Amino acid sequence: MDDNKATVALIHAARPPQPSAFSNALVFGWRAVLKFKHVPEQLFDLVMTPIMFTLLFTFVFGGALSGSTSAYLQYFLPGILVQTVVFNSMYSGMGLSTDLGKGLFDRFRSLPIWSLSPFAGLMVGDILRHLIASLLILIIGIILGYRPEAGIIGIVEALLLLIVIGFGFGWIFLVLGLVMRTPNTVMTMAFTGIMPLVFASNIMVDPATMPSLLRAFVEVNPVSLMTTAMRGLMAGNATMVQIGAALIAPVLLTITLAPLTLWLYRRK
Amino acid sequence: MADTAAPNNGVSSLAIEAHGLTKNFGNVRAVDGIDLTVPRGMIFGILGPNGAGKTTLLRMLATLLPADAGSAKVLGFDLKDSPQEVRGSIAMTGQFASLDEDLTGRENLILLARLWGFRGRNAKKRADDLLTAFDLMEAATKQVKDYSGGMRRRLDIAASLVVTPGVLFLDEPTTGLDPMARKSVWRMIRSLSEAGVTILLTTQYLEEADQLAARIAVINHGKKIAEGTSRELKAATGSGFLHLTLVEHLRIDEAEQVLEEITGNKPQRSSEGAALSLMIDTPQNANRALAALIKADIELADFSMGAPSLDEVFFALTGQITETQITDGEA
Repeated sequence: MDDNKATVALIHAARPPQPSAFSNALVFGWRAVLKFKHVPEQLFDLVMTPIMFTLLFTFVFGGALSGSTSAYLQYFLPGILVQTVVFNSMYSGMGLSTDLGKGLFDRFRSLPIWSLSPFAGLMVGDILRHLIASLLILIIGIILGYRPEAGIIGIVEALLLLIVIGFGFGWIFLVLGLVMRTPNTVMTMAFTGIMPLVFASNIMVDPATMPSLLRAFVEVNPVSLMTTAMRGLMAGNATMVQIGAALIAPVLLTITLAPLTLWLYRRK
Repeated sequence: MADTAAPNNGVSSLAIEAHGLTKNFGNVRAVDGIDLTVPRGMIFGILGPNGAGKTTLLRMLATLLPADAGSAKVLGFDLKDSPQEVRGSIAMTGQFASLDEDLTGRENLILLARLWGFRGRNAKKRADDLLTAFDLMEAATKQVKDYSGGMRRRLDIAASLVVTPGVLFLDEPTTGLDPMARKSVWRMIRSLSEAGVTILLTTQYLEEADQLAARIAVINHGKKIAEGTSRELKAATGSGFLHLTLVEHLRIDEAEQVLEEITGNKPQRSSEGAALSLMIDTPQNANRALAALIKADIELADFSMGAPSLDEVFFALTGQITETQITDGEA
């Protein structure tokens, strides 16, 4: 800044009118999109594990579990989509924790903007992540021989359900992101919490042969309920009861954790 | 202050008016009843060692932390009653660059410009104007994570000027920068001040406060222990200092004793051991001190007379040796 006149001109520029809360939220959404542009590697993180799972389970265990690999893939793929979304819902919390650690939120909070608009950006990022990861895995599934019987409509309904699931589970990690010191802690907590939930479910195997105690858990495990609804939507035979059951966990999580998230954020 | 783009509420001629601001963290009283009066258009420095409560004080004034007691007005807006108005008239550059490292420098500024209400092409133009002014145009399309420390700082300060703030808070603006980058940030701060921006900066570098700030508040353990211009603070601790370096550092105790007897002031020992600084009220006293040393046959490698540095002022006020003294030694 050598030229003082330039500084003066810069300083005396007119101030634009105050934007709306909605426009603030859109800006944060734009930030989430930019992140995808600059950090395309994150897509690997999103889909590598589920792709490995799909290949391993289909070709190593599939034949033994369902008689043929193609029959197993038909059973397994809707479940792996649920697993992917549940795991990937931790990224918002990690991002929030990173931003808080870097002091970025201090800047946002000292701006005269709608105080919750940064969260809107996180949600846009979430929705994009879930859509991209789900579509990639679905495409790979279709290449391997998976056939969604309900066609495009079934796929669209399934994607919507996945977004709702991701949205609901996302709150858990936003809370963790606000409470934990580092993004890595958030990730570790996420893995320890999600692993049993995902494995003790009907994603990979039919619970019919499980010991009764475990089966009792698997049958009420929200991940199982969501997987059942996903299978139904993709096959075109989902019942309202199944869909309703799948929505219980996301709705409950949102109702309880959204206010907690906001309270923690405002208190920071 | 000229007619800047800053909010002109005309209520108060003061940029900041704080009474008894207090903040506790558990049992620790981080800020303990601080009063502050900062007129518009001034660079006001808050000087103190690490952990003195500078950042906490700034965060309270920037509405990031609620005060436990006391009150403050920023440009006439009360922190508690109208925080959104306060946010509309300030900008805060925190101690750690508050930038999105994954985005480019330009995108960071466009993001903030849009949040402030610049639309489409205007947002990009404002970002580019700032990049040009802060000499960052060449790095506009680089991701911030590839920026050097100095570039980050410049971008961070540029980010605080997307809309001209009535008061700019700078929390340790040059901590961690190399001397070149520090000088360039200083130049920037001065030129902002000349353009009419009120600046409240914290620093642990006495030289920085001396160089930039028209008034300085010295803070230690959450309390304001002195305030004034750099000249006033220096005057408060005596007219000058005699700096001595002994040839034989083993005789330093002896020299200390001789000097204290002659002048009645206890000399400060520098961390290296062989150097002493003695507060002196008159040139005659300096003469007598030197004569006494010669008489005691204590040989001097070097001596000089100087106005007290802020280091010495700080020492006199707090009895603590500051970081600059330890790391940089005596100039």
